[in-house]
Amino acid sequence: MECIIGIQGKDFVVIATDTTAARSIVAMKADHDKSLQLSNTLVLAAVGDAGDVVNFSEYIAKNIQLYKMRNGYELSPHAAANFTRRNLAESLRSRTPYMVNMLMAGYDDQSGPVLYFMDYLASLVKVPFAAHGYGSFFSLGIMDRYYKSDISQDKAVEIMTKCIDEIQKRFIVNMPTFKVKVVNKSGVHSLPDILAKKA
Amino acid sequence: MSRRYDSRTTIFSPEGRLYQVEYAMEAIGHAGSCLGILASDGIVLAAEKRNTNKLLDEVSYSEKIYKLNEDMACSVAGITSDANVLTNELRLIAQRHLLQYQEPMPCEQIVSALCDIKQAYTQFGGKRPFGVSLLYMGWDRHYGFQLYQSDPSGNYGGWKATCIGNNSSAALSMLKQEYKEGKTTVKDALDLAIKVLSKTLDTTKLTSEKVEIATLTREKDVTKLRILPAPELETIIKKYEAEEAKAEAEKKKQEKPM
Repeated sequence: MECIIGIQGKDFVVIATDTTAARSIVAMKADHDKSLQLSNTLVLAAVGDAGDVVNFSEYIAKNIQLYKMRNGYELSPHAAANFTRRNLAESLRSRTPYMVNMLMAGYDDQSGPVLYFMDYLASLVKVPFAAHGYGSFFSLGIMDRYYKSDISQDKAVEIMTKCIDEIQKRFIVNMPTFKVKVVNKSGVHSLPDILAKKA
Repeated sequence: MSRRYDSRTTIFSPEGRLYQVEYAMEAIGHAGSCLGILASDGIVLAAEKRNTNKLLDEVSYSEKIYKLNEDMACSVAGITSDANVLTNELRLIAQRHLLQYQEPMPCEQIVSALCDIKQAYTQFGGKRPFGVSLLYMGWDRHYGFQLYQSDPSGNYGGWKATCIGNNSSAALSMLKQEYKEGKTTVKDALDLAIKVLSKTLDTTKLTSEKVEIATLTREKDVTKLRILPAPELETIIKKYEAEEAKAEAEKKKQEKPM
């Protein structure tokens, strides 16, 4: 029932995560942040089984920090994404697999801005835009229609707002607020929340 | 009860030394020498070949220089059978990293990982240390071209030019004198390597059978490892000999008027 959306532009990546923490039929929290900063220019948005999400993403975050401490430089987004994928793939084949779907947004001087789509089956794809959850049914088409590879940050946020409005309009579950983060050369920054248009 | 004696290999002597490690380093002092020179546009690794029996069948790739992964190669001085174990380990370490991160392993991490293994053999009982020193040359996205050296104790360091094996201290002091920091190209480094080797090897005349040289450069964002073929070695040696003869003649000319 959760939703995360990501769009990559020429020199940035924006991700939006819904803020509802729900259990069963109860919405327990309306300002929950589902993204986690992994390093200076890397951010992970994760949805799935509540405990698994926290457990797995913290494990990845701490390992990426450890790599930096050991070697004096950070893991590239490509290496970090593949490291995460590998851990998830090994977990999938264990007795207690993690049920976590993720988007990883990063920036690197060599590769520029990158957005990775990863699901609990440990598939990893580098994509220009992506979404996880039921929200993806409503938002992928919109992004497909309006996305251009040289898109500006304002335009990307505008497309995201369109997606969120559509989700709020058509989806039976309420997701009124999305937290937005942007990754670029200078690091990870928060943007103002996107509030869905009242129907 | 042999355990009691074996385990002594890793115990300090009353003077605070580890004899087995020192003996291992001693063994390397007798091995064929290896020489590495870092240049601005690449690296040169040169190794002395001791097995020059004409009955010996030729090896397919190279004798003393081992490719570790896409971006790295090494040469060894010491007990060859030990070296084979270590190069195999190096390749495994590099591939494990590649598998986990889908990205080539940075140079220093490979060196450091192997040195952890080497160090273990100076501390845990019942085993003898590896009688091998290595020279590594490589490229990575973080620090560019790099040259490393490691010894049986598990110590390692990065160098601009260095030498291990037989007569290495003489070669090292020559390199110290002749190495021009920041101004050395691969071509200069090749000339320097031949010069140092021919002056420090026991043999009177350097030939292409006695030495193996590899260069590591970058072309179109890809690392290129190249083992120099014999004719190319001959040309560099000939060039060096001509220069040497010229210098000799000059010297004689200056002495005459006296």
